[in-house]
Amino acid sequence: MRCLAVAVLLATLVHRADAVPLSAPVKLVAGGAAPQFVRQDVQGHRVDLNAFHGKLVLLDFWASWCAPCIVEIPHLIDLQRRYGLQKFQVIGISMDDSPAALREAMNHFAFNYPVVLGDATFGMLYGGVFWLPKRFLIGPDGKILEIWNGELAPSVLERSLTVALKGH
Amino acid sequence: MRIFSTFFAAILLVPFLACATQAANDSSSIPSAVLIQPAALAAALQNAKETPLILQVGFRALFTQAHIPGAQYAGPTNKEDGIANLKAHVETLPRDQKLVIYCGCCPWVKCPNIAAAYKQLHAMGFSSVEVLYIAGDFGSDWVDKGYPIERGD
Repeated sequence: MRCLAVAVLLATLVHRADAVPLSAPVKLVAGGAAPQFVRQDVQGHRVDLNAFHGKLVLLDFWASWCAPCIVEIPHLIDLQRRYGLQKFQVIGISMDDSPAALREAMNHFAFNYPVVLGDATFGMLYGGVFWLPKRFLIGPDGKILEIWNGELAPSVLERSLTVALKGH
Repeated sequence: MRIFSTFFAAILLVPFLACATQAANDSSSIPSAVLIQPAALAAALQNAKETPLILQVGFRALFTQAHIPGAQYAGPTNKEDGIANLKAHVETLPRDQKLVIYCGCCPWVKCPNIAAAYKQLHAMGFSSVEVLYIAGDFGSDWVDKGYPIERGD
């Protein structure tokens, strides 16, 4: 029984290897390094931000009950479809309270990018995610290019994306 | 062809789903008389001998990152199961219990949770409910203003 308890504890620690203590988050700014993370997506696949080094990455913090987030998902799917071959990757980070809450949204959309279940630790890692949607555009060198809070016009996002793709 | 038709169906369907949700939970339906500004609540919490029961009706990750000291997590109330959770959370409270509810997940005019929570509490007969008016989000309007917070569950 003790061995099982130790094994469970170790598994928890390994799973939360990127956990940060709940002290004041460090505010992230454009030009700074995007914090590294390794998570599992909802299909159980490993999602390691470092594996996308060399690509433009868009982190999309969202939730299934967030209307502006939901409205923008088809646009993100479309961007992934059109720019994916040009070294662009969307990673969705759902801030839903549970996988069950997320499942319904997952069934509505044909996501063509990984979606991981976020939490407070992830939010703190990214400077405090206090509202949704929140997005980070990360350059191929791992540095944050832009941070957007709230609704984002598709044209604004696409313009930033195309400029960044040309620049790299 | 199926992929494109599914994609375009989603494009057309999603705004209707979002709008339907938003209409039902319109924050502008909350009477202005029950709104309390962050500065006023922060001051009241510092000075009050008796603090109200504060309920956060946003999402757990937001609550855990930062919440008003002493607040309890009640969960997002934009869907039926969330409303049921809120009902269960307050069911045994006396109906004259002073309550303050807040969310802060997104700008006030877009919040899908706050109006639904207020309506539920009002329907249950709670007579002393105030709603924290968060114009932008909890981070900008409370945390960044230096008002007191707790972190964790």
